Amino acid sequence: MGTEEARSATIIVFSGALDKVMAGFIIATTAAAMGMEVTMFFTFWGLSALKRGGPVEGECERNWMQRMLGMMLPRRAADLPLSQLHMGGMGAGMLKRIMSQKNFATLPELIEAAQEMDVRMIACQMSMDAMGICREELIDGVEIAGAATYVGEAKDAAINLFIS
Amino acid sequence: MADETLDCTGLACPMPIVKLAKLAKTLSAGDTMTVTADDPGFEPDVQAWVEAQGHELTSLTEEDGVFSAVITLR
Repeated sequence: MGTEEARSATIIVFSGALDKVMAGFIIATTAAAMGMEVTMFFTFWGLSALKRGGPVEGECERNWMQRMLGMMLPRRAADLPLSQLHMGGMGAGMLKRIMSQKNFATLPELIEAAQEMDVRMIACQMSMDAMGICREELIDGVEIAGAATYVGEAKDAAINLFIS
Repeated sequence: MADETLDCTGLACPMPIVKLAKLAKTLSAGDTMTVTADDPGFEPDVQAWVEAQGHELTSLTEEDGVFSAVITLR
């Protein structure tokens, strides 16, 4: 805790699995609703959750390995696979149907709520560089920064989570 | 003194709390808001929210699975 009463929370989203990323956003939006300053730091597979999908404006420089990675990874948050029982998409489809019957917010809706609640979303610059993901591929309002920016927030925060 | 109502029936966690927090931001001390929700977790969650925010839970009732919370902002 910092010198004053800690009123902030940080969440590292390392996983790119739908269920895990949803858990991260549920905590993030709730913490924001409870008056905390919330920072989410997306790294490695977690970056897929921030992709906007669709055609990308401008040319993003990639080598053949990065192009292959781009083809194999989800193109947007709605396409993330489940961490378990994905079964080639059948498990994810069934779970989404159940969640929709129960009126759960979808991941895109949770992301929108987080943006409306001023949750700070940071994409890891080094992971973007490694995986060949460029700024234009990410949703609006995402900052690009490195580990020091995250640690700067985390050192004074009351809640620090790592979603792996 | 404003008295707002917010219908969160049909919404699941965390949306009722997210929505009531958004409404609270537009209100000031002394204002009240009446929030209805049928999310089973709403009862403990609204109490936790009120406590964390330092507001006052004026009443919390339940009828046929629908909770109604009256919150006075501090």
